[in-house]
Amino acid sequence: MRPLNPYGTWTLFLRETRRFLKVHMQTIVAPALTALLYVLIFRYAMGARSVPGLDVDYLTFLIPGLVMMSMLQNAFANTSSSIIVGKVMNVHIYLLMAPLSAMEIILALVASAVVRAFIVAVAILAALWVFVDIPLSSVSLIMLYGLCGSMLMGGLGIIAGIWAEKFDDIALINNFVIMPLTFLSGVFYSVAQLPPFWQQINRYNPFFYLIDGFRHGFVGVGDTDPHASIGLVAGATTICILACWQLWRTGWRMKP
Amino acid sequence: MNDSALQVQGLRKVYANGKTALDGVDLQVSKGAFHALLGPNGAGKSTLINILADIVRPTSGLAKMFGRDVFHERAWCKRHLGVVPQEVAFDPFFSPVEVLRITSGLFGRKPDDAWINELLDRLGLAEHAHKNTRQLSGGMRRRLLVAQALVHRPSLVVLDEPTAGVDVELRRSLWAFMRELNRSGTTILLTTHYLEEAEQLCDHVTIIDGGRVVADQSMRELMEVVAGRYLYLGYGDDFELSEADARALSAFRPRVMSGGICLRLGGQGSEGHGFHQVYEAAVSRLGIPRKVEIRQEDLEDVFIRLTGRARHERSRA
Ligand SMILES: Nc1ncnc2c1ncn2[C@@H]1O[C@H](COP(=O)(O)OP(=O)(O)O)[C@@H](O)[C@H]1O
Ligand SMILES: [Mg+2]
Repeated sequence: MRPLNPYGTWTLFLRETRRFLKVHMQTIVAPALTALLYVLIFRYAMGARSVPGLDVDYLTFLIPGLVMMSMLQNAFANTSSSIIVGKVMNVHIYLLMAPLSAMEIILALVASAVVRAFIVAVAILAALWVFVDIPLSSVSLIMLYGLCGSMLMGGLGIIAGIWAEKFDDIALINNFVIMPLTFLSGVFYSVAQLPPFWQQINRYNPFFYLIDGFRHGFVGVGDTDPHASIGLVAGATTICILACWQLWRTGWRMKP
Repeated sequence: MNDSALQVQGLRKVYANGKTALDGVDLQVSKGAFHALLGPNGAGKSTLINILADIVRPTSGLAKMFGRDVFHERAWCKRHLGVVPQEVAFDPFFSPVEVLRITSGLFGRKPDDAWINELLDRLGLAEHAHKNTRQLSGGMRRRLLVAQALVHRPSLVVLDEPTAGVDVELRRSLWAFMRELNRSGTTILLTTHYLEEAEQLCDHVTIIDGGRVVADQSMRELMEVVAGRYLYLGYGDDFELSEADARALSAFRPRVMSGGICLRLGGQGSEGHGFHQVYEAAVSRLGIPRKVEIRQEDLEDVFIRLTGRARHERSRA
């Protein structure tokens, strides 16, 4: 018998997906509402100003960035919370005991994170479509960047979950790594507006490329060339998934 | 060789903190056996089980399940192994039925609802099948773990203290269920604190202490050959054994028990002290007892004698 367990992988994917759907108020409605509030606030704060250097009005510029930020945060939250809840409740042992390979487990967890990210994205866009005219420049860019971004963050969530010992550890990573990097990466402004030092820093910030490429898919302009940086983003995602796989295989912090 | 369900050789585990939990354990469980794995707290039973379950990494050693290498043919072995972990684990998002369906799926089996219902029924969980696991009591959660271990119909079932916190009634029905499974061909390896029950249920015993095997025998052999007879002398509830008396009687391995003292008599095959020799030695130190009985050691007595606990109790006495 080959050590493949597609049915088990599918079951794990379904378990993860049903887990976040069961608490959809926290996992979908709340993040969508947060994004809507941002839009509302900036709508009144910025008025109909346009973004310097780019020929778009501020709100059209802001929305795709917010959507991507929500996707990234929710993908991360899905995998990291699943693993840390598992550890705290001791149910992670059923992942360890099941005849699933490390790759099957990583794939199932990441796939569910991607699904949550897209559901959140659709929820935000659907709610905004009523009020704002959102352009669609390239659906394939949107899908590609959305997919890479949520896979990358799903993977980082797995690494964080493996590393963490309690819920607070995840909050720590969220507040000191994920939030600063997403805010720095041009959700609320074009990075061309930043001082040169921070622009330089952002060149090494994967979120910057993700958000800019994703936004490019909507508004058709941005700070980077999204076709050139897709390789970089896909490469980072692949490395992240492979790192998850390797970590899970060694049993680091999961198996004493 | 070929009819063993589980074969462990030279298994060692040193935890990251330097603690040696298993110090070269050999264990063989025959196909179809109801095998007891006993040992005092900290002996290494859970470590051994968790290594088989892939929850703990082994330091060195070999393990085979039904002839297959556990560490190299993981997926195959996992499909044939069901483990009830000692520590309670429950998924706060799902009901028992959902948990069982998920567990079955994770093991690569489409959920068999008839079997799931039977498990819930046999384990007294039928009424709670659709409640959230958060609403279950500790005993119910533990029974759910038993159902989870059986849901994929494993050929080898390992139970790590499955009845901690489960009341007498349900314990009995659990044992009846395990016996039935065993009769229908499932091999069972059991750790428990209820030695009386182990004695009744199991046909083979392995006792480990400090990460080493100290006894490994069929239950019959253990009870007939290793288990000796002892003399119980009752002196009343306030009886205490002084250190001088303990030293003087040390040849008979004295043990204080319920207002009296137990002294070993020669069993078949062990060093012999006749009744009179033991009795007179005791009376000369402790006086005439109110009650005299000759008793056969049960598994608990043998266990206490073979593991560190005997030494511990003697030094306390
Ligand atoms: N994760 C761990 N890290 C360090 N030491 C451990 C760990 N788990 C168990 N031990 C130690 O290993 C020994 C064996 O424990 P265990 O296998 O749980 O024994 P048993 O199940 O027989 O009571 C004990 O001394 C215990 O303290
Ligand atoms: Mg234990």
